[in-house]
Amino acid sequence: MPYPADKPSRAPSSEELRARIPGWGADLDPADRPSVPRERFDPRATGAWWDLPEQQPETYPRERSIEHARLTPVFGTTYPPRGVSGAIRRLAFRRYSEARAAHWLLLLAADRVDVVESSVRELTSGRVSNPVATGLRSEVTHGGPDPRTTARRVDHNHRWMDPIVTAGPLVAAGVGAVLVGRRLLRRP
Amino acid sequence: MRALVYRGPYRVEVREKDMPRIEHHNDAVVKVEMGAICGSDLHLYHGMMPDTRVGTTFGHEFIGTVHEVGPSVRNLKVGDRVMVPFNVFCGTCFFCARGLYSNCHNVNPNATAVGGMYGYSHTTGGYDGGQAEYVRVPFADAGPSLIPDWISDETAVLLTDALPTGYFGAQLADIVEGDTVVVLGAGPVGLFAARSAWLMGAGRVIVVDHLEHRLEKARTFAFAETYNFAEHDDIVVLLKRVTDHLGADRVIDAVGAEADGNLLMHVTSAKLKLQGGSPVALNWAIDAVRKGGTVSVVGAYGPMFSAVKFGDAMNKGLTLRMNQCPVKRQWPRLLEHLRAGYFDPTEIVTHRIPLEHLPEGYHIMSAKLDGCIKPLVTVGD
Ligand SMILES: [Zn+2]
Ligand SMILES: [Zn+2]
Repeated sequence: MPYPADKPSRAPSSEELRARIPGWGADLDPADRPSVPRERFDPRATGAWWDLPEQQPETYPRERSIEHARLTPVFGTTYPPRGVSGAIRRLAFRRYSEARAAHWLLLLAADRVDVVESSVRELTSGRVSNPVATGLRSEVTHGGPDPRTTARRVDHNHRWMDPIVTAGPLVAAGVGAVLVGRRLLRRP
Repeated sequence: MRALVYRGPYRVEVREKDMPRIEHHNDAVVKVEMGAICGSDLHLYHGMMPDTRVGTTFGHEFIGTVHEVGPSVRNLKVGDRVMVPFNVFCGTCFFCARGLYSNCHNVNPNATAVGGMYGYSHTTGGYDGGQAEYVRVPFADAGPSLIPDWISDETAVLLTDALPTGYFGAQLADIVEGDTVVVLGAGPVGLFAARSAWLMGAGRVIVVDHLEHRLEKARTFAFAETYNFAEHDDIVVLLKRVTDHLGADRVIDAVGAEADGNLLMHVTSAKLKLQGGSPVALNWAIDAVRKGGTVSVVGAYGPMFSAVKFGDAMNKGLTLRMNQCPVKRQWPRLLEHLRAGYFDPTEIVTHRIPLEHLPEGYHIMSAKLDGCIKPLVTVGD
């Protein structure tokens, strides 16, 4: 049979739906929805009373996207870049725009280096945090019948990789520390 | 203070941390009373989001009491109980002035493509989040609102992201009376999107996921037809079959970058970080929607490129609509709907986890244990 002009009606009528589903059609008018029209000029809609916001003081050279003309009036000040990972982050921001894959790949690389650096820092400061994936206790407390074996799910096929992702950087840190230690010991 | 702290992929812990300070005249410091873990927090937990620095505190869904205000704050005072949108925004830049609060240009020096968010890496501005006892809230006169006394704390937490984002996803889909709407993903956002589709006059709402307990909730809470894609060879063919081979009028992607589809996609995106996220759900949306239809995207994707089937979208004449939700824009209407008693958003809450046990919460959420849909976080006593 050829395809006809009308949509074959499988849906219940609007009257049926209105009777069955609380609130059905409360936002029926497409032009009367909170984000419609998408852009509506109203700079006083939020409670903001300033024309231009004041500038938050810059207490350290705050890294920023080179696509910005200036440092934004507010910004997060947590965890300024530091160490090798910090140098990689600064390079990513100084050199590459958000349009460049190098920008994001450098930041991701810095994230991995950051994990290794902070693990080393903790080991040397004597404050060691839980080295393995945290929260594993919930396997016992909230495991119930193991949903990995009782249900059909599509996330089983890659679960074997998770421990590698978790422990990989730490193993790398350990190996690195041993190598550096050996070199230091060998020095006369 | 006590706070959840990121140590590396799959490793978070709760430890002592410095109190947040007033760093700008319009800042507030909020004492957190209740928060939540969001599906999108898993991108951070899995190490998928670029520039997630060790030490960062996650959490962009929270409510609490104003503990301290900066000298220029007028709309809030110490002791006020507030709900805080997940967006950090100024209210007056070019984008905020036009209602695009999630795209604020004045709060995120690290990137221009994304606005500010609490506890969501330096790519969204480097703000610490609310999975802690205290949190810094910039532009306190623009973002937070007082919690109406007739809603519960749990409802207020859901109003900071999950509910408005789901509702926004349905708005983006341009639903008109009688439309067939497919929602991919039956997490909190998908469930709220499905429920909201009826408010906008949908004729059929179909929800797709692979977790049976979530599909059950889609049937009971969102009155949806449901399909478990793990039980079908090709979900797109199935969706075509149940829509008379036309495709759905509207498809909402409420999954985002963590989609589990095939191993190759998972390895290149989640593990090797070569993509902005696994585009499995988005590609299903593009394939399952009818020609001339609308795909609405509220699932979160990272800043890198993804392998999206753009040719199909072009050939089918699709409208693709997407954004992070401008939360505060949705509140007045959503509060009307809640007041009218159309639905109770807390029906999707499955866990209430104390701050100290958050690492277990992340593991439950990530491994999808224990029938988890929406875990809330309780802070203090
Ligand atoms: Zn969220
Ligand atoms: Zn703004």
